[in-house]
Amino acid sequence: MFSLRDKKLARDIVIEIKKLDVNLKFMHVCGTHQDTLIKHGLDVLLKECGIEIGQGPGCPVCVTTQREIEEMLILAQKGKTVTTFGDMINVPGEKQSLQSIRTEGYDVRMVYGIDDAVSIAETNRDKEVVFMAIGFETTAPTTASVLLKNPPSNFSILCCHRTIPYALKALLDMGEIKIDGLIEPGHVSTIIGTRPYEFISEDYYIPQVVAGFEPIDILMAVWMLVKQIKNEKAYIQNEYIRVVKDEGNVKAQMAINEVFKPGDIKWRGFPVIPQSGLVLRKKFEKYDARKKFAMDLDVLKKREFKDPKGCRCGELLRGISSPHECPLFGKICKPEKPVGPCMVSIEGSCNIEYRYSEKNKK
Amino acid sequence: MCLAIPGKIIEIDNEKEIAIIDYGDGTKRKANVNLVDVKLGDYVLVHAGFAIEKLNEKEAQETLDLFREMLSAGGYN
Repeated sequence: MFSLRDKKLARDIVIEIKKLDVNLKFMHVCGTHQDTLIKHGLDVLLKECGIEIGQGPGCPVCVTTQREIEEMLILAQKGKTVTTFGDMINVPGEKQSLQSIRTEGYDVRMVYGIDDAVSIAETNRDKEVVFMAIGFETTAPTTASVLLKNPPSNFSILCCHRTIPYALKALLDMGEIKIDGLIEPGHVSTIIGTRPYEFISEDYYIPQVVAGFEPIDILMAVWMLVKQIKNEKAYIQNEYIRVVKDEGNVKAQMAINEVFKPGDIKWRGFPVIPQSGLVLRKKFEKYDARKKFAMDLDVLKKREFKDPKGCRCGELLRGISSPHECPLFGKICKPEKPVGPCMVSIEGSCNIEYRYSEKNKK
Repeated sequence: MCLAIPGKIIEIDNEKEIAIIDYGDGTKRKANVNLVDVKLGDYVLVHAGFAIEKLNEKEAQETLDLFREMLSAGGYN
């Protein structure tokens, strides 16, 4: 169903890219893109064509901050039922993870989506159920949709949603790395469309292509970026036309806008990025766990949190480092005993690199 | 996180905005369809229990043809 595999076409695209004879550095911001790149060896293939592609801050679990993890830990320790997507549970906090406090008997539950968390709240009306709402624009409408349907009063969210375009702006403003082109995430773009990226090409003169997740999608996106550069153009193009519309999913955007307004938020590895987060509007504040349980969370207010010792996830998320440059990678830091979130999440570069590297294959 | 899986709507309750999605490998799961306009038999992309966009199989096939055309013509530009 909808597979886009055509080896000859893939070969033809690579031949065309090679002909263009370039030396470029591209960035993408999506764990699934990274998975496709490494799983199919496209990173090596493209390097031979003079193109390096790195993953920026494109992994929601990875960019979630230590403070947000500590908030969830406190809420669980104060007797709430805390619910979260699978990967988040193993991300180490300062001393513990949600998984480790679960083994101590606190009520931590993994859910597939926010709907499941609401069901838990409905069947356990005597318990306060908090959902850790992480994720980019792809996930934010699912949260919005649920809050618009009046979930029970014992349900709330710890809002950790983040949005991509202003994070890209922040990354470019930091100026730490040279980026010749951006591959934009297909499913974030399914929701927001292509227009929110336009200012990036206009202000920074960087070509961008929204891409799907098959090997051919990535190769095609790379070729489109290279063509723009060769033609001295910089604009947002859509490779994933079979899914992404220029205007995006308007219904989903309306749900987001009704429930949230843009706000400033810190990303792991970054300072506070203006307008890159989502804040609940006043009408929905009753579902805001930070307001509802302000007294419980008060102990964290004056605390400052550092990333785990030696962990280079922050640099990785800014695109200035790679997993193999981290001395902990594969030695102290492994998927079964991760130091930082990029080794925990199946969308983190370290986890992906570890999973597909030859010596770790079972 | 932003992973989304394509599947076919084999049952739909328009009032509750819930559908049963067949993922083609024997897996069938419930999904919320209130973020999309869909009907029975439509293909959708599902993320975290919600359909986020409708798919068109014909368009998927046309994508490959379009890529071939673009390559031979040297791109849009």
